[in-house]
Amino acid sequence: MAWLRKHLVLILGLLVLVYTFIPIFVVVLMSFNDPASRLIYRFDGFTLHNWANICEDPDMCSALGRSVEIGLLSTAGATVLGTLAAFALVRHEFKGRSTANLLIFLPMAAPEIVLGSSLLALFVGAGFAGQLGFWTILIAHIMFCLSFVVVTVRSRLAGMSDTLEQAAMDLYATPRQTFWRVTFPLVFPGILGAALLSFSLSFDDFIVTNLNAGQTTTFPMYVWGVAQRGVPMQVNVVGTLMFLVSIVIVVGSELNSRRRARALV
Amino acid sequence: MASAAGAAPLADVDTSTVSGRKRGRTGYLLLLPAAVWLGIFFVVPFYSLVATSLFDPSGSDSRGYDMTYHVANYWHVFQDYRGPLLRSLWYGALATAFCLLLGYVLAYAIAFKAGRWKNLMLVLVIAPFFTSFLVRTLSWKLILADDGFVVNTLQAVHVLGSDGRLLATPVAVVAGLTYNFLPFMVLPLFASIDKIDHRLIEAAGDLYANPITGFFKVTWPLSLPGVVSGTLLTFIPAAGDYINAQLLGSPNQRMVGSVIQSLFTDANNYPAAGALSMILMIIIVAMVLFYVRRAGTEELL
Amino acid sequence: MSQVAEAPASRDPDELADPASYDGLALRRLTKHFGAFHAVRELDLDVPRGSFFALLGPSGCGKTTTLRMAAGLETPSSGTITLAGKDITYAKPYQRPVNTVFQNYALFPHLDIYENVAFGLRRRKQKDVDAQVRDMLELVELSSQARKKPTQLSGGQQQRVALARALINSPEVLLLDEPLGALDLKLRRSMQIEIKRIQTEVGRTFIHVTHDQEEAMTMADTVAVMNAGVIEQMGAPAELYENPRSTFVANFLGQSNLIEGTVKSRAADVVTVDMHGVDVSVPASRAHTDGDQGWIGIRPEKVLIGEVGEELDAPGNTIPGGVVSDVSFVGVSTQYLVRMPWGQELQVFSQNTGRHRLFATGDEVELSWRPEYAFLLDAAQDASAGAQRMDADG
Repeated sequence: MAWLRKHLVLILGLLVLVYTFIPIFVVVLMSFNDPASRLIYRFDGFTLHNWANICEDPDMCSALGRSVEIGLLSTAGATVLGTLAAFALVRHEFKGRSTANLLIFLPMAAPEIVLGSSLLALFVGAGFAGQLGFWTILIAHIMFCLSFVVVTVRSRLAGMSDTLEQAAMDLYATPRQTFWRVTFPLVFPGILGAALLSFSLSFDDFIVTNLNAGQTTTFPMYVWGVAQRGVPMQVNVVGTLMFLVSIVIVVGSELNSRRRARALV
Repeated sequence: MASAAGAAPLADVDTSTVSGRKRGRTGYLLLLPAAVWLGIFFVVPFYSLVATSLFDPSGSDSRGYDMTYHVANYWHVFQDYRGPLLRSLWYGALATAFCLLLGYVLAYAIAFKAGRWKNLMLVLVIAPFFTSFLVRTLSWKLILADDGFVVNTLQAVHVLGSDGRLLATPVAVVAGLTYNFLPFMVLPLFASIDKIDHRLIEAAGDLYANPITGFFKVTWPLSLPGVVSGTLLTFIPAAGDYINAQLLGSPNQRMVGSVIQSLFTDANNYPAAGALSMILMIIIVAMVLFYVRRAGTEELL
Repeated sequence: MSQVAEAPASRDPDELADPASYDGLALRRLTKHFGAFHAVRELDLDVPRGSFFALLGPSGCGKTTTLRMAAGLETPSSGTITLAGKDITYAKPYQRPVNTVFQNYALFPHLDIYENVAFGLRRRKQKDVDAQVRDMLELVELSSQARKKPTQLSGGQQQRVALARALINSPEVLLLDEPLGALDLKLRRSMQIEIKRIQTEVGRTFIHVTHDQEEAMTMADTVAVMNAGVIEQMGAPAELYENPRSTFVANFLGQSNLIEGTVKSRAADVVTVDMHGVDVSVPASRAHTDGDQGWIGIRPEKVLIGEVGEELDAPGNTIPGGVVSDVSFVGVSTQYLVRMPWGQELQVFSQNTGRHRLFATGDEVELSWRPEYAFLLDAAQDASAGAQRMDADG
C-alpha cells in the first residue's frame, strides 16, 4: 500500500503513456489484418498480404510518394530559410526585431484552417484557382514549417555561448573557419531536429493541404478519401512503418546520448 | 582568507555588457528570405482573407467578386453557422481540459518520478505522434466501434445502455481531440515542471504543507507558464480541427473547420468562408489575449 | 620586514616605456565605453616580457574588458595596444600572437581533447602537429585523456586542457580570465602552483585576471590593482600589501585599520600625525598625501595588544584607552575588536604565541605598532573603498 502511494503518480503517468500507444497497437495489428469486407473495419484474421503488397492500390503509393516528395522539398526549403533567420535573430542586431519575432510567432498561433483559407483566398484572388496543386502545397508547407524551424534552431543557438566562437577566433580561426569548424557542428543537432520536425509536419498535414491541393492528392488526403468508402489495410502498413522509422531515429539518438553519458563515469 | 571561499565565479559586469550582437547588413540579408516568404504567403494572404470576407456575397467564380465592404457577411455567417462555431469552441475547451488533466499527470511523472528514464519517457510521449494523424484517428474509430471491446465493456457495467454507442457521439469527438493534441500539452508542461527546484516542494512539506496543499501552493503556481502555453497550444488547433469530428462523429458533431472547408471548396462561397475564418480567428485571438492577461504571463507572446 | 621601494605608478606617464621599442605589451590611454558606461578609462600599462602579471579588481572594475581588448575580442573606443613594438590595437583575434584561457574554458564540446589542443596549430597549417600536441599534453599531464571529450573530464582537467590549447601556440602573451574561478578551493590552490610552474617552464608573458587577491598575490610577480576602469596601484605583491597608496588598495588587499589624523610636521624622512590626541609617526616614503588631513593606516596583524601599562615591544605609536569589544579565537591567532576612546573599533590580529594571555570582552588594553608599518593616505578618499566584499574574513 505504501509502495502504491509512493509510486501512484508514476503509475498514473505510465497509464497515460500506455493510452497514447493504444492506437499504435491497433495500427500495427490492423496492418496484419485479413479483412472479410472492405466496408467493415475490424480484425478478421492474420495475413502478411498487406505487407507483401503495399502498393496494391497504386493511388495510395502515388499519394505516398507525393507526400514524401513534398515533405523533403518543404523541409529543405523551410530548414534553409528558417536557419538563416534564426542566425539573424540570435547573432545579429537590427531594427524591427520584435516585428520579426511576431511574424515568426503568428503562423504557429493561428489555427490551421485560417492559415489554409487565407492562403487559398490569396491564390483565388490572384487568379490561380485553377492551378492549385503540387506547387501551392509546397508553398503552404514551407510557410507553416518555417516558424517551427526558426524556433527550434533559435533555441539551440541561444543556448550556445558565443565564447566558443571567440575561443576559435582566439585560436587563429578566421570567421569562415570559425563558422564551419565550431558554430555549424554545434548548431547541427538543432538543425537536424528542426528538419525532422518539418518533415513530419509537412508529411502529416491535412487541413492546410486539403484547401490548397486542387486535384492533387497527398497521403493524408488519400486516407481521408478512403475513410469514407473503405480503408485498405495497407494504410496501416504505412502507419506502422512511420512509427518504426520514428522509433529508430528517436531511440537511436537516446541510446547515443546515454552511451556518451555512461562514458563520463 | 575568505576572499577565496567567496570566489565562486562571479560574473564580471564587464562581460555581461559586452556580449554583443553583430551589427550591419548581414542580419537583414539572413532574415530577408524567411521574411519575404512569410510576407507573401502569410501576411498578404491574411489581408486577402480579410478582403474576401468583405466581398459582395452575390459574386461567383465566373463573374468575379466586388469589394463592397459587406460587413453583413459576418453577421450572416454567424447566424447560419453559430452551431458549429460554438460547438468547436466547446469541444476545444473540453479537450483542452482533459489534456491538461492527463498531460499534467504525465508531465509531472516524467519530470519528478522518472529518474534516469526521463529522456526515454519524453521520447515515448512524442513517438506515437510521428505516425499519421489520420491513420491514428482511424484506429480510434475501430477502438470505439459499436461492437468493440470498449463499448461492450461499458455496456456490461451499464455505463452505456445496451444500444448505447460511442462512435458518432460528442464523446468520441472530444476523446479523439484529447488524444491527438496531448503532446502539445505535455511538452510545455514538462518544460515548466522540470524547471521547478524539487527542494521547494520539500520545503513546503517541511513548513507543514501536506502533499496536496504543497502541490497547489507551490508546484501548480510555478508550473503556470507551462499550463498557459500548453492550453493555448492545445486549444487553438483543437478548435480549428475537423478531422476528429468528421471521422469519429456524425453531422451532429460538425465543427467550424469543416464548414469553412466546404464553403470554400464545395460551395465556392468565398465571402462567407472568409468571414467565418475571420470570426474564428477573432474569437481565438480575443480569448488568447484575455486568457494571457488573466494568467499574467504576457511574456509568452 | 624591510621597507620596499616605491613602485612606478602606472598612471605616471613619465615612467612609461616608449611603446615602439618596448618588448613587452604596452597599453596607452586605452579606453572602452559601452554606451554611457566607461568600463576602462585612459589606461596606461606596461607588462614586461616574460612576467607573470595579475590584473586584480572587484567585479565590474574593467579588468576583463582590458583583457578582452588585449585578446582582440573587444575593440577599444580609443587608445593603442602595442606588442613587442607592433601596433595590434585593431588586429583581429586570429591575427595576433595572443591566446586566451577563457573563464569557463570554452572547450569545443564536439572535439576531443587532442583536437581541442591541436585546433590553433591546424588553423595555422603547422607541421608536426602530432608531436607538438603530445608534448603539450605531457606538460599538462593529460596524455592518457587525449581521446576523451571535454565533458568527460573533471573541472581541473578541463582547466589544464584550456591552458594547453592556448599555450601550444607559443603566444607572446597568454591571457587568463579568472581561470580558476570554477574550481573548488583545494583544487584552486594546486592549480595555482601548477600554472605558476608552467609559466616558469615556458617563460612566456602571462596576464592573469582575477578578483581573488590571494590568488593574485600567490601567483603573480607583478600585481596591478584595478578599480572603476583605472589602475589604482601596481607592484610586487608584498609591496602592494605593505605599502598601499590608496584606501581602495589598503582595503581590497587584506584588511586595514584606517584612522583619521592631522599632519603636525613633516621632516625629511618622517611625518608626524596627531591621531585623536596621540602623536604617531609615519615614514615619509609611506605617506601618500600632501594634505593636512590623512588616514593613518595599519594592518591588523601589525597591531600589538597589551595590558594597560605593559611595556610593548614597539617604540612609539602607543595608544592607550582601548576596551576589547569582541574576541574571536581562530586557533593560530585571535582576532580582537578594540573600541578606542574616539569611538572607532580597530581590528587586531594577535598570534597565539602563548606569550600573552587571551583578553576577554570588556578588558582594558593598550595598542601599539611600529612606526615603519604605518602608512598615511589621502583624507579625500573613502575609508571604506574596496572593503565591501571583505566581509568578516581572516
